[in-house]
Amino acid sequence: MTALLELDQVTLRFGGVTAVDKVSFRVEEGEVFALVGPNGAGKSTLFNLISRFYDPAEGDIRFRGESILKRAPHEIARLGIARTFQNIELFEQATVLQNLLVGRQRHRRGNLVAEMLFTPFVRAEERRHREAVEKVIDFLDLQAHREQYIAGLPYGVRKVVELGRALAIEPTLLLLDEPASGLSVEETQDVAFWIEDIKTQMGITVLMVEHDMHLVASVSDRVLALADGKMLALGAPREVQSHPKVVEAYIGAHGRSKVMA
Amino acid sequence: MRTVFKTSYDADINLFRHRAQAGWYALLALVAVLLPWLVNVFWLGEATNMLIWAIAGMGLMVLVGQTGQASLGHAAFLAVGCYANVLYQQKLGLPFILSFPLGGLTAALAGVLVAIPTARLHGLYLAIATLAVSILIDDLIVLSAPLTNGVRGLYAPPISIFGLTVDRYGNPYLFYWLVLAVSVLVVLLYRNILRTPLGRAFAAVRDSEVSAKAMGVNVARAKAVSFGISAGITGLAGALMGHFAGIFNNETFNLLISIQLLLMIVIGGLGSIHGAFFGAIVVAILPQAIAIARDAVTGALGASSIAIPGLETAIFGAILIVFLLFEPAGIYGRWVKIRTYFELFPFYRRDMFRRQRSYLRTERMR
Amino acid sequence: MDVLQLVVSGLANGCVYGLIALGFVLIYKATEAVNFAQGDLMMLGAFVCLGLTNQQFLGLPFWLSAPLAILIMGVFGYALEVVVIRRMFGQPQVSVVILTIALGFVLRFLAGLIWGNQPVSLESPIAGKDVRFGGVVLGLDEVMVISVTVLLTLLLYLYFNRTRLGVAMQAASQNQLAAYYMGIPVKRLNSLVWALSGMVAAVAGILFASKGSIEPSVGLLGIKAFAAAVIGGFGSLPGALLGGIVIGLIEPFSARYIAAGYSQVMAYLLLFVILVFRPHGILAQIHSKKV
Repeated sequence: MTALLELDQVTLRFGGVTAVDKVSFRVEEGEVFALVGPNGAGKSTLFNLISRFYDPAEGDIRFRGESILKRAPHEIARLGIARTFQNIELFEQATVLQNLLVGRQRHRRGNLVAEMLFTPFVRAEERRHREAVEKVIDFLDLQAHREQYIAGLPYGVRKVVELGRALAIEPTLLLLDEPASGLSVEETQDVAFWIEDIKTQMGITVLMVEHDMHLVASVSDRVLALADGKMLALGAPREVQSHPKVVEAYIGAHGRSKVMA
Repeated sequence: MRTVFKTSYDADINLFRHRAQAGWYALLALVAVLLPWLVNVFWLGEATNMLIWAIAGMGLMVLVGQTGQASLGHAAFLAVGCYANVLYQQKLGLPFILSFPLGGLTAALAGVLVAIPTARLHGLYLAIATLAVSILIDDLIVLSAPLTNGVRGLYAPPISIFGLTVDRYGNPYLFYWLVLAVSVLVVLLYRNILRTPLGRAFAAVRDSEVSAKAMGVNVARAKAVSFGISAGITGLAGALMGHFAGIFNNETFNLLISIQLLLMIVIGGLGSIHGAFFGAIVVAILPQAIAIARDAVTGALGASSIAIPGLETAIFGAILIVFLLFEPAGIYGRWVKIRTYFELFPFYRRDMFRRQRSYLRTERMR
Repeated sequence: MDVLQLVVSGLANGCVYGLIALGFVLIYKATEAVNFAQGDLMMLGAFVCLGLTNQQFLGLPFWLSAPLAILIMGVFGYALEVVVIRRMFGQPQVSVVILTIALGFVLRFLAGLIWGNQPVSLESPIAGKDVRFGGVVLGLDEVMVISVTVLLTLLLYLYFNRTRLGVAMQAASQNQLAAYYMGIPVKRLNSLVWALSGMVAAVAGILFASKGSIEPSVGLLGIKAFAAAVIGGFGSLPGALLGGIVIGLIEPFSARYIAAGYSQVMAYLLLFVILVFRPHGILAQIHSKKV
């Protein structure tokens, strides 16, 4: 059975630093797969590789069995891969609604001239997009913030909008880059519920980078631990958490703690 | 304070938020159409000039305000539109009804040609590249003298539409209505861009190219399209400018005009259609205001009035400086604040429009 | 001989562009703002010196009025930053660019108001004299321009890279907030940089005025200097000089060997080509950062 996403011996170097070193793993359709590791492990770099912002020096990345290394970054969304950004990259001078609507670019059917003339077809398309976006707003309870400009919103809400924008793409694979970073306990609970619903109700496969081990343990099916660009352990959350190499990477050989939830 | 109760998505998609707003604009349209009978010929000419600048301003606004791309060289597209329009009439014998849109398309093509090599440039570098283009087009016009008559310039023939002669001096009413019609069409076009995926893609490119790409926006293509549309609209304004002025040469579209266009939309309010119109009003009214002020001053002092060169641009510059220091959102920004004050009275808070201060982070490490 | 003459006068022009470009780059290096009024500051510097030197105004001796003019422009630059530019603190950089463009308009007008719009000449002791180098005759003004420019570039380069103040300025331009945390008085440094830039502009102005007559619109040379800064590499001091020399040499040679109207075209064409293929200039100052 072909995995939804497959990374095959992917390697990337920045000057003298090997950010990602022969990383290989498969993400099966319908699962929640987590990437964990201390800072500098190469997790966000992997996301940037999948999003085609970087080119790997070696290795291959396959989506539904086909290599995506020849694709330009903007074609990735069209394939059905959506992502959020660690440092929220929302459109600051637009409203929440407009941000979510940009997520619909993948489903754009009008052409240039028709849009400029605003033909009835374009109007019908606009209604269709708006309805799809309303579903996302309902799912994430963003009704109160619909017409508000991003620039004035608190951090927690922005994180939710970031998630919403990715969902508006109606992706098959959702890449979440630290969805719970900077959130309170309740907000993190919400994120956990949402990820559950995204997996079971929407049938979207989730690949996430996360530091919060409780969240990882509660929602993920499988976990891959990385450190210094290399793979340490791959398996169910409990296995990986207690793996000796992982413990060493987090706590350090001499008991000095780096980061641990 | 008005609450808008929406019952369908169309409420957001339509041009007007509620009936009262549509009513105000209908009134404005009525006044605009009846203007020739309300003011004398001189002021009608000024209104026509203002509308032409507003069209050019909207053209630049699509690029700068909506897509966030800098351009210090839009006079180049004014020139292309103007020369193309007249040359199509003169050399190819095309009627205005054909040469006008073709002139706009030629300018649009020029815009796309500029956008392609400069797709990777941002901010300052893009501004310089467009500046270079403006200067190069200026020189190109002079160097292609056999075609363009170089520094001696060209005469714009009177416009003839379906047998009706529309000439700025001969039929100022008709000319004004023609320009009014074009400006209304451009406004509609702009509004349509704003409420469709096209305009949203532009805004995405403006605010975050990285996430725009992640959302599936082909950034290079969006920039090229934006440049094309922007240049096309500006080209139409240039064609009208040529007919308005009667005669033009490369100096009519020099670098200072490019700069003036940019300053104009900043004064008016960046990012809004209103901004283009407000800025155009300032540009068109300023010479008259200065003349009136000068007459008043010299009349009061009894001294003879001397023409002071550069006074207009200096005052324009001073106005801009005042706005940048105290009201960066421009005239439209101040208008929105005033209107909100009255709408929300007495609950208006001064900090509602406070902008986030951003500390400088270098762009040299990306 | 002919070619040599072209080269020297091209170099001299290029050095004037280079000096103005130096002023740009100084401000950019320290504040990442672009001062479109730099050419007009040069023009002001020239006129201030003229106003102090020429007989019809104050008639001071040149060796007194030149340093005085430089000092005055330094103060002017400082005042400009404190009164106008500083208020733009925290606004996007493009606003400062537009502000300085408008400022240029105002300065040009004021100069015309004070000193008139007719071309005037600076009564400079280096104007019109010749220097002989083994059979070759060069203008003293041209030689002075070239030597002063090279010296100034070297001094400024050393200042930015070796002195504490210079390094502090570089730090402030790379990350203001972090610079503040390090105890760097960012605002005061910015004013100092503008003062420095004003002084460099004054030097450029005085040297330029010694080569020929001036009028308020010579400030528009700033645009060419701007192109020079970009070609050489915006953010690099030696680059500014290099770019200036490149343009200074292209102009007379394209006018001579292609056709009269092409001097400006070649300079801006080169600018466009460089922007497309190597936007950060010949001596590029961009480093890549891990995201």
